[in-house]
Parts: sequence; structure tokens; C-alpha cells
Amino acid sequence: MTEPLLKIENFSCGYSSFKLEGINFYLPKGIFTGIIGPNGSGKTTLFRGIMGILPILKGNISLNGKNMSSFSLKQRAQHIAIVSQSADNDDIPVEDYVMMGRYPYFHRFQFFENEEDKTLAYRYMKKTDVFQHRHKLISELSGGEQQRAAIARALTQQPDLLLLDEPTSHLDIAHQVSILDLIRQLNKDFNLTVLMIIHDLNAASEYCDRLILLNEGKIHSQGSTEEVIIHQKIEEVYKTRVVVQNNPCSGKPAVFLVSGNLKTNK
Amino acid sequence: MITKNEKYYMWSVVLVILLFILAASTLLALSSGELKIGLKEVIKLIIGKGDKASVNSMLINQIRMPRVLLGIAVGGALSLSGVILQGIYRNPLVEPYTLGISGGASLGVAFVIVLGLQLKLGEFMLPLAGFVGAALIVFLVYFLSSGKGNVSIERMLLTGVMVSFIASSAMMILMALSDTENLHGIIFWTMGSLDEPNISLIWLTMIISITGLIFSCFFAKDLNALRLGREKAMHLGIRTNLVTKTLFFLASLLAGVCVAVAGVIGFVGLIIPHILRQIVGSDYRILLISSFLLGGSFLVLSDLVARTIISPNELPIGVITGIIGGTIFIIMMNSKKKKK
Repeated sequence: MTEPLLKIENFSCGYSSFKLEGINFYLPKGIFTGIIGPNGSGKTTLFRGIMGILPILKGNISLNGKNMSSFSLKQRAQHIAIVSQSADNDDIPVEDYVMMGRYPYFHRFQFFENEEDKTLAYRYMKKTDVFQHRHKLISELSGGEQQRAAIARALTQQPDLLLLDEPTSHLDIAHQVSILDLIRQLNKDFNLTVLMIIHDLNAASEYCDRLILLNEGKIHSQGSTEEVIIHQKIEEVYKTRVVVQNNPCSGKPAVFLVSGNLKTNK
Repeated sequence: MITKNEKYYMWSVVLVILLFILAASTLLALSSGELKIGLKEVIKLIIGKGDKASVNSMLINQIRMPRVLLGIAVGGALSLSGVILQGIYRNPLVEPYTLGISGGASLGVAFVIVLGLQLKLGEFMLPLAGFVGAALIVFLVYFLSSGKGNVSIERMLLTGVMVSFIASSAMMILMALSDTENLHGIIFWTMGSLDEPNISLIWLTMIISITGLIFSCFFAKDLNALRLGREKAMHLGIRTNLVTKTLFFLASLLAGVCVAVAGVIGFVGLIIPHILRQIVGSDYRILLISSFLLGGSFLVLSDLVARTIISPNELPIGVITGIIGGTIFIIMMNSKKKKK
């Protein structure tokens, strides 16, 4: 069996008020995995632990078989890129913003980008369809374009693993589909391993190969979408009544809300 | 459309223009004053071809040149300090004095004047007390706003503002208790002046300023990444805690040295980076060096106005930088609003 790209074993991290505990999962190379769970279940905390922002309290994370606890922030950034929930809207030209993805490869005394940096940034700006906006400021782009630019910047880091923290949370459905289609395409074209936090259970079911359902700092269940998006599991974790049926087009499980049926109110 | 090479070309043009402005300001400041000296003679004297025994030569070499050199060093360092602090705090309204550096320095100097230490131990006590006061405040702000090896940027800013108020109030107490002569000394010092008789101190300030500029340039990409926020900068491999601490102490050292040598000269660290952001953008690779150059020119010209506008009397330079800086700031803000 080949070594998984990312392996998380008995992992714990967090804050004094909240901790992730007993987290175990692995990501084979090229797989598109979604992390779902209610607010406060520990999804973003997990990302912070993987990125080294929060110290590991227990367990370990390995990437390509190497223990990541010895990785510096720079080394992590050369292997893992993250697209955050909030879009960046500073007055930075798109080209410069995307070029920041090369910073993990700059040495202390490097002042300018080289040709390779430029080639990579241009390639990924074209791939994410923001190349024509490269001279505009990030703040001048629409929300969807800002997220595309953020994905281009992350790809310019040439990561083995792409983390996405609710990349479509501020977008309308057309832009959501556009961004998620793009991520799926990148996952296929570059055999890129993707781990995405997503609140929309239907989008998670539609796009992800596997899902991890978090609840109160622990993994409630993980597996294929059909194994996780199950009526009982969703009702138990989200504490609300839902109907799960298959999407007539894709055949994937789809979740329908039922109004006025919060289980906590019963 | 600007390509990458065109951007670097534009940066080169900006630097050439700023160097030209600095050279022109220097020549103008050397030639102007109560006694006017022709530009040709100034150039001759600078390159060592003029009459070295003449009054003009003495005036330029012993009076005007030290002021110009100090103006370049202090203006450049204050501006650099401002742009660095704005970068680490992600706030364009922060300047060196927001963090209590001027308050601490002024308090130190006021102590020395009230106790008459400069009369007993020598004039060097004034800059020394200014620097020690500024340094103590910087360490106090840092100590109060850091915990468990982490620095809270928001807490640092708020602590700085509060410590600044406390230091200013303490100085007010000292001023209220001072006699008229000491009071005049304190007020004059806090308004700033480039009239520094000690040439060694001027050269030391220049060396510290230029070293600070070179050192800060190694952190240009870190400051660029910090524009995205601390956590996102960490995602790009930037050790934000280390970078923030290092740059905070660098900016404080630069401002502390300036306050110690030239007194409180406000607005330079705020206005110059702001003007340059409108012109060259917010990329710190060009912003750091251009802020240094324009800051130097601005202070040399402000000093020229300060010593010529009511000649033979002289105005405190801090008053001039405030009036000129504030006016330019308002004009630029309004022109930007009209464009929108």
C-alpha cells in the first residue's frame, strides 16, 4: 500500500476553552475530501493545527511520510497552501498578490521574483481565469474573482495539499458552482489533494470524494459521501430535522431542510 | 498595461526622481539663508574647489551642511520608522510617536532640564536622556503587550497610546513645577530643531539611519505578506512573531535616536509614507527606500523654511512639519476624493 499524502494520528490541538481530540484520518494523494460539521465543531481549528498556527498537544501529523512537527512555517508553506474563508481585499495588484505564493521559496536576501516565479504565477492566473485582471487591485475584483485570485496564489505555492476554508461562503450559487467546478478541475488536472471545509452539505456531497463529519471537537464519522450524508447522522450532529434524498441528476445524497423542526426545541 | 519589467522600470524612475529631489533640496538648503550663496559656489565648495578660508565655505561646512545632513538622516529615519510601524500594525495612521516614543523622550529630557544635569554634566545629557526615555517606553510597551512569547498587535498599539498619554501628562507635571528658564528649555526641545553642534552625533545618526534602511529592506517581503494579516502571512511561511518584534525594535531605535538628537518632530512618519502610497503603491520593496529619500528631502526643506521664514529668527521645525505636512495631507485626501 502506498503511503498516504497526509496522515493524522491521535491528533489533538486547540485552545484552553476548546480542543480537538482523538483526530485520526489520512488523505491519499489526489483525493478531494470535504470537512463538514456544525459551527464550533473544530473545522478551522483543525486547519490551524495542520498549518502549525496552533501547537500540537498530542499525536502527530505526517506529510509524505515525514513528521511535520519538525517542519518550519516556510517548509509547511512549500507543501501546503490554504485559501481562507475571508477574501483579501487590500489594494494589492492581482499579479503581486498571486506572486506572494512564491514567498515560501524566496531566501532572505531575495528582493525580486525570478522568471520561474513569474511563469508559475502567470500559469495559475490563466488557469483560474484572473489573468485578464492582473493589473487591477484585489479590492476592485468581485467576491468570486477575489476567491479565484486567492486560489491562484495558493497554487503558485505549488503545494502537495490544498486546504480551503469555506471558499464559497460569501458567494451566490452561480459563483459557488464556478469556484467548486474550478477546484474539482484542479484536483483532476494536477492530481492535487484537496481538503475543504464546507458548510453546504449538498455542495459537499456533490463535489467531494470523501467526507469527514466533525462534531464537538471529534470525528463523528468519515467515509464516502453516501456513508456520511445519512439522515440519522446529519440529524444527530446538526440537531435539526432533515430529509435526505438522492439528487435526481447526480445520484448523490442531497439534504433538504424541514422548517420549524430544531430537535433541541422538541 | 504594466508588465513586471515595466514595474521595476517605474520604480527605478521613482528612485531617480527622489534622489534628484533630495539633491535639489540639499543644494537649495545650502545656498539659502540670511546670507545667500550662489548655487555654483555651493557646488564648488562641496566638491572642494572653492576658497576654503572664505566666510561662505565656513558657513556651508560648519553651519548649513551639518543641518542638512541631520535633516536627511532624521527625516529619512522618521519616515522609515513610520512606514515600518504602519506595516506591522496594518494601520496607516500609526507613526513613531503614537507608541509613546516622543512622550518617553520628552519626559527624559524634561527630567534632565529640571534637575539641571545638562549644566552639571554637559549638553550631551539631553540627547542621552531623550534616548533612554524613548527606550524605556518602548520596552515598557513591549513588555505590557506581550505574553507567552506572542505579541498582540492590537494590545501593543493601545498600550503605546496609553503610555504616551501617561508620559505626556508626567511631563506636564514637570513643566508645571519648573521655573521659567527650564520651562522654556523643555518647550523649545519638544518642538524640535536640527541645530546640533556635535558633528559626531550627526554622523552617528546618519549611520544608524542608513543601516536601518538597509536592514529593513531585507524584511520588505515580510511586510508585504503582513498586509494580508498575521495568520495569512504565516500561511506564506513568514515567522510573524519574530518579524514583528524585530521591526518594532528597529522602528523604535530609529525614532528614539531621532528624538534624542533633534527633539520631537512630528508628522514626518505619517505624511511621507501616505503621500508615497498614493504615488508608488503599497509594495514595501519600493515604499521603504522611497520613504527614506522623500522623508530626508521633506525635513531638509522644512528646516529651510523654519530658519528663513522669519529670518534672522528661527521657528521650531516641528511647527513647520506639522503645518506643511498637515496641509499636503488634506490637499491629497481631497484630490483623491474628487477623483473618486
